[in-house]
Amino acid sequence: MIGRTFLLRHPSVMVFIALLALFTVGATVLSEGFGIGLISTSFVKTLGKTLCLCLIAIAMDLVWGYCGILSLGHFAFFGLGGYMIGMWLMYERTKSIVVEQLDAAPLPPTPEEVREAIGSQIFGVVGGSDIPAIWMFADSLIIQLALVVLVPGLLALVFGWLAFRSRVTGVYLSILTQAMTLALSLYLFQNDSGLRGNNGLSGLQNIPGAERISQDIVSIWFLWASALALGAGYLFAAWMVSGKFGNVVRGIRDDEARVRFLGYNVEAYKLVVFTVTAVIAGIAGALYYPQAGIINPAEIAPIASIYLAVWVAIGGRGRLYGAVIGAALVSLVSTWFTSGQAPDIPLGFYTIEWVDWWLVLLGFGFVLVTLFAPQGLGGLVDALVRNRQTVAVPPAAAVKPVEKASEAT
Amino acid sequence: MVRLFVVFAIACLGAIGTAHAQTGPIQAVLQDNRADIERASRRTVQPVLDAIIATGGERVPLFLERWRDRVVYQRDADGLFFLVEDEDADPMRLIDIDTGAIVGDVPEDEMSRLRPNSGVRGVIATALVQFQLSDPDPLRRAAGLTAIERDPEASHLTALRASIDGEADPALLARKTRLERLLTATFGADEAARVTAIESFAGDIAVDVRATLNPLLSTRMRAAETLPEDANIARVLEPGDDIAVDTAYDMLVDADLAPALVDDDARDAALIANIDNDTVAGSAVATLNTNAARDAAYAALAEAGTVPPAVTPDERAAAVADHVFFETYKEPSQAVTDAARQTLGAIESRVGAYRVVDLGLDGLSLASIYFLAAIGLAITFGVMGVINMAHGEFIMIGAYTGFVVQQLVPNYTASIAIALPLAFAIAFLAGVALERLVIRHLMHRPLETLLATFGISIALQQLAKNIFGTQARPLTAPGWLNGSWVINDVAAISYIRIAIFILAVIFFVLLWFILNRTRLGLEVRAVTQNSRMAASMGINPDRVNMLTFGLGSGIAGIAGVAIGLYAQVTSELGASYIVQSFMTVVVGGVGNIWGTLAGAGMIGSLQKIIEWFNPANTLAAQTYMIIFIIIFIQFRPKGIFALKGRAAGD
Amino acid sequence: MSSLLEVAGVSVTFDGFRAINDLSFEIGAAELRAIIGPNGAGKTTFMDIVTGKTRPDEGRVDYGEPPRSLLRMSESEIARAGIGRKFQRPTVFEQQSVRDNLMMALRNDRAPFGVMFWRAGEADVDKVGELAEEIGLADELDRMAGELAHGQKQWLEIGMLLAQDPKLLLVDEPAAGMTLGEREHTTDLLKRAAETRAVVVVEHDMEFVRRLECKVTVLHEGSVLAEGSLDHVTANQDVIDVYLGR
Repeated sequence: MIGRTFLLRHPSVMVFIALLALFTVGATVLSEGFGIGLISTSFVKTLGKTLCLCLIAIAMDLVWGYCGILSLGHFAFFGLGGYMIGMWLMYERTKSIVVEQLDAAPLPPTPEEVREAIGSQIFGVVGGSDIPAIWMFADSLIIQLALVVLVPGLLALVFGWLAFRSRVTGVYLSILTQAMTLALSLYLFQNDSGLRGNNGLSGLQNIPGAERISQDIVSIWFLWASALALGAGYLFAAWMVSGKFGNVVRGIRDDEARVRFLGYNVEAYKLVVFTVTAVIAGIAGALYYPQAGIINPAEIAPIASIYLAVWVAIGGRGRLYGAVIGAALVSLVSTWFTSGQAPDIPLGFYTIEWVDWWLVLLGFGFVLVTLFAPQGLGGLVDALVRNRQTVAVPPAAAVKPVEKASEAT
Repeated sequence: MVRLFVVFAIACLGAIGTAHAQTGPIQAVLQDNRADIERASRRTVQPVLDAIIATGGERVPLFLERWRDRVVYQRDADGLFFLVEDEDADPMRLIDIDTGAIVGDVPEDEMSRLRPNSGVRGVIATALVQFQLSDPDPLRRAAGLTAIERDPEASHLTALRASIDGEADPALLARKTRLERLLTATFGADEAARVTAIESFAGDIAVDVRATLNPLLSTRMRAAETLPEDANIARVLEPGDDIAVDTAYDMLVDADLAPALVDDDARDAALIANIDNDTVAGSAVATLNTNAARDAAYAALAEAGTVPPAVTPDERAAAVADHVFFETYKEPSQAVTDAARQTLGAIESRVGAYRVVDLGLDGLSLASIYFLAAIGLAITFGVMGVINMAHGEFIMIGAYTGFVVQQLVPNYTASIAIALPLAFAIAFLAGVALERLVIRHLMHRPLETLLATFGISIALQQLAKNIFGTQARPLTAPGWLNGSWVINDVAAISYIRIAIFILAVIFFVLLWFILNRTRLGLEVRAVTQNSRMAASMGINPDRVNMLTFGLGSGIAGIAGVAIGLYAQVTSELGASYIVQSFMTVVVGGVGNIWGTLAGAGMIGSLQKIIEWFNPANTLAAQTYMIIFIIIFIQFRPKGIFALKGRAAGD
Repeated sequence: MSSLLEVAGVSVTFDGFRAINDLSFEIGAAELRAIIGPNGAGKTTFMDIVTGKTRPDEGRVDYGEPPRSLLRMSESEIARAGIGRKFQRPTVFEQQSVRDNLMMALRNDRAPFGVMFWRAGEADVDKVGELAEEIGLADELDRMAGELAHGQKQWLEIGMLLAQDPKLLLVDEPAAGMTLGEREHTTDLLKRAAETRAVVVVEHDMEFVRRLECKVTVLHEGSVLAEGSLDHVTANQDVIDVYLGR
C-alpha cells in the first residue's frame, strides 16, 4: 500500500528512514554487545527508550498536530501497552523461577502448585496469592501481544466514541482526556487492581527463554525493534496524512464545522485518528517498558501525557519529524539534567543545581517556545530548508487556526 | 509540740510488741490474708478486698487508693502494713491505716513497698468505684462514673444503685441513672428489668448504648446433630447458602463430630514419607505431577493400610447433611435478645438518618473547598475561554503566603487575618502578570494557552520546592477554630470546615454582587457572551480579561489559605485539587457562578457518597467519580448551567 | 408543484428569544430564490436548521423525492444527501492548496477508511480542472487557499459547493465585500448553478438581489413576511415598515 511513488513524492520520509538506519547501525557498532563498547548498555537502553518516545510523539502529533485534538491521555495508552507485555514478561519469568524451585521438592509440582507459587510470588507484595482473572492469558505471548494493541485501542474507541459523540471539543476534551488518565492511574494505584498497585510490574528486562543471554545483547535487540517500530510508524503516519485523509483531518483541525458541511462525518474521523494513535502508543509502550525494566501507575499519571504534548510542541507540531526531534531532544536533555550529569553553576551566593532547576528551566523555556516559536524546532528546520531551496515547499501546517466560520451575522 | 509527738511515737512503738490486740479492723483483715496481700494476684485478691470493704471502716477508700497507687508499705520487722507521710523521706513516717495516727519513723530500708501488678490494681480500682460514687467531691463522683463507663462490670451495679438516692447534683444524677440502665441491660439479674432497661433506650443514638446492646446480640456458630432445645438460637445456617460446605465440615471436625480431612499438605507429606525407590505405592514419583495422580497414589497407600483413608467428597457431604449448623446468642435469655434486637434496629435506622446528615455536612464542606478552588478557574474560562493549568499553583501560592505570614506573625488569629488578604493580593498580582505576559499573547489559541500555563505550573511548582523544600509545612489554625460542632455521637463537623464553608458563602455572595451589580461585572458578562460585540460597545476586553484573571487567581490564593488550614502545605497542594476543580467547572458549566456552585455541590457530595459506600478505598472513589463525570458529560456536554443559543458557539 | 425542500411550522427558541416563529418555506428542484430580511430576522438560523446545526423545537423539515425529514440527520448526513452550504465569511481551508480544497469537496466516498486509501484518479483531476476553470481559479490550483484574495476565496467556496454536486445550495451573503466585477461573476455563477439545482441566496444587498432576477422571500422576526418578485415585495407596506422602521 505504500508504493515507490509515495516515497519519491515525499523525500523527507526517505531522509528520515536513512538517518534512523544510520543511527541504529551506529549505536550497534559503538555498543558493548556487538561493537567496540564505546557506549554503555544502559545508554543503549536509553537510546532505545528514546526511540519509543519518538514513536508515541508521532502518535501525539497525528492526534494533536494534525487532527487538533489535544489529548492528555496518550501516555495512558502507552502505559497500558507496557502493562500488557509486562504481564507476560513477569508471569513467564516468575514461572521459570518457581518451577526451578519446586523441582527441588520430593514430588514433581502439580499445575495448581505452580499457579499458587506464581501467584504468591507476584502478588505477595499486595497481600494476595490468587492470580486475578485479568492475568488469564498471561502465559500466552501471542494473546498478550494482541492485547498490547487491543486494550489501548478499545479504551480509546469507547472513550473517543463517548466524547466525540457528545461533541466535546477543545479544552473541554483535553480536560476530559486528562480525567480519563487520572482515573486509570488512580485505579492502577489500588492494590486490588490486579496489577500490583503502586509496586507495578518489575523485572521486565529479563526476557523469558533468554535468561542466559546478556543484557548487552538484549538491549541491542530492543534498540533494533524500537527503530523498526519507529520507522514503520513514521512511514505509516506519513502515508496516512499525505492523501485526502490528511487533508480532511487537517481540515477538522482548522474548521471542524466546515468539514462537517462538506459531508464528512467528523466524529468518525476523529475516532479513527484517536484510536489508531492509541494503538501506536500502546505498541510504543510495549517496546519501552522491557527496556525500562519496571512499570508502575506513576508512569501513567496525567503529567506524563502533558510532557508528551510539551515535547511535540517544542519539536513543532503538524510535522512528523518535528515530533521526533522534540521527543528525542527534550527527553535526552531532561535525562542529562536530572541524572546530575549537567555541571552545576556556582553563583557565589547560590549554586544552581540542575537536578532542582531543570524543571524551572523547562517550564519557562516551554512558555517562551509557545510565545515566540509557535512552530517549534521543526519550524526552524522548515525555514532552513526553504532558504536553501528556492522551490516552495509547502509547510505542512501553520499553527494559527482560522477563526470559526460558523459564526452568525 | 515536737516533744509531744516523740512521746506519742514512743508510746506507739512500745505498743508494737503486743501489736495484734490493738490493730484496727483493716489491719486485722490484712494480717489475716498477709500472703495474699504480699503476692496479690488478680484472681485471689477479690475475697480480700471484699473482706476489707466489709469492715466498713471510714478509711477503707483511702487505703485502697494508696494500695492502688503503690504507696502502702510493710514493716519488715513484724509484717504490719502502714501508710506513710512522705514516701521519699528517710526515715519514713508511718501512719496507721485504721486511725490515721502517726505511728513513728522507720528507716526506709526496714520497710517493703507493696507492688500490686496492674491486674490487681485494676481490681482495686473497680472496688474503689463504689466509694467514689458516694464521695462528697462531685469531681471524684464524675471520675468514678467515667471509670465505670470505660470498663463496666456486674459488681458496679449494686454500688451504682446504692449511690443514686444520695445524689444531689442533677447532672450527675442523670448520668448515674442512665448508667444504671446501661448496666442493668447487660448485668441485671432480673430478665424483665433488663428488657425494660433495654427498651428505655429506644431511639437513643449515643455510642455507649450501641456499645452496650451490640454485645448482647453477639453470636457463636455451632454444629450439632440436632438443634438444642434450650439454646437461644439466632438463626439456623443452611450449608451451601449461609455457610460454605467446607467451613461447615471444618466445624464438624472441630466439634469432633467428623474425622479430619486429609488436606493436600497432609496427603503430600504422606506420599513423601512413603517414597520407596522413586515410587509411591507403585506409581513413579515423576508421574505424581497432578492432584488426581497424587489422590490415586494416596488411595493406594490407604488401601495398603499404610495411611488412614481419606474422607471422600460424598462422605463429607453426608456428614454435613447429617448435622445442623446454627448461630446461638451468647446471651441465654431470648426476651433480652429480642428486646435488644428490636431496640437496636430502631436505633440503627435513626443512626442511618444522622449518618446522612453527617454525610451531607461532609459533602457540604468538601463542596465549599471545591467551590473556592474552582470558581476562579470557572470565571477565567467563562470570560476568556482559556484553561489556566497554573491555577493550582495559585492555590499553592496562597497557602505558602499563609505559611510565611505565620513565620513572621506568631499570633495565629492575627496571622490568618493578615494572610487572607495578602494571599489574595499576591495571587492577584501573579494572575495579572501571567495574563499580561503570556495569556494575552495567546488569545484565540486556547490549547496553546493550556500548555503554556502548564509550563508555568511546572516551573512554579519546582520553584516552590526549591524555596520551601519538599517537606510539608504546617499552617496552624487559631485555637478557636480547633474542635468540632458535635450534633450527636454520629453527626459532627469541625469548626475549620464550618469556617471554610462561611468563606465560600462570602465569596459566592461577593462574586454574585461583583458580577451582577457592578460595572466590572456588566463588562465581564458582556465579554463572556460576545467579546467582539462587547469590544465594539467600547468595553476594553484586555482590561476586563486582566481584572477577571486577577480576580480568579486571587480567590485561588484565598482557597490556598483555606485548604492549607486543614491540609499540609506542599508544592503539590494545588496540583492535587486542580483536576477536581476542572471537573467542577466542566460539570457546572462555564460563565455562571451558579453553575460552579452546582458543580462543586455535585462533585463534593458525590465524592462523599461514593466514599461512604466504599470507605476503605478513596482511590476507587475518585476513579468512579471521574467515570461518572465522563458519563455525565454525555448527557450535558455543556454542564448543568449551559449558555444556549447562537452566542454559545461551538 | 413538487418541492425539493419543505419547511413547515418551524419554531426555535434560544433562552426565551424566539429566533424562528412558525416559519414555512418551500423551494422547487431547479429554482433560484433570494431571502432578505433585516438583522435578526432569522436568516442564518433558518440555514442552521436546514443544515442540521440547530434543532427546531417544533415543525418539520422535509427534503427530496420521496420526502424525508432532515430533523433526525446529522450535518454530515444532510450534506451527503445533497444540501451544500456556503458561509457568510469565506471558509476555505487556508492552509491547503486550492486543488486540495476542491479535491476534498469532490463527490466521492466520505468514509474514513475509504478516504485513507483513496488516491485521485484521472477523472477526479479533470473534474477539479473543470471546476477551477468555472470559478476562474485555474491558474491558482497549487496556491495556498489562504493566499487568495477575498473574492477568490468566495469563488473557491462556491466551487467547493459545486464540487459536492448538491441538489440544494444555501448561500449566505456571497457578494459581501466584493468588487463590482466580482459581483457580476458571482451572479453568473449562481444563475448557472440554479439551472440544474435549487439555490437559496441570503443577501442584504438589494442591487445584488435585483440582478439575480428571482423570487424573493422576506423574513421578519422569524417568519415569512412577504414572498414574490422583488418589485412585488418592495411595494408591500409591511416590508417598507420593517425596513424603514415605524
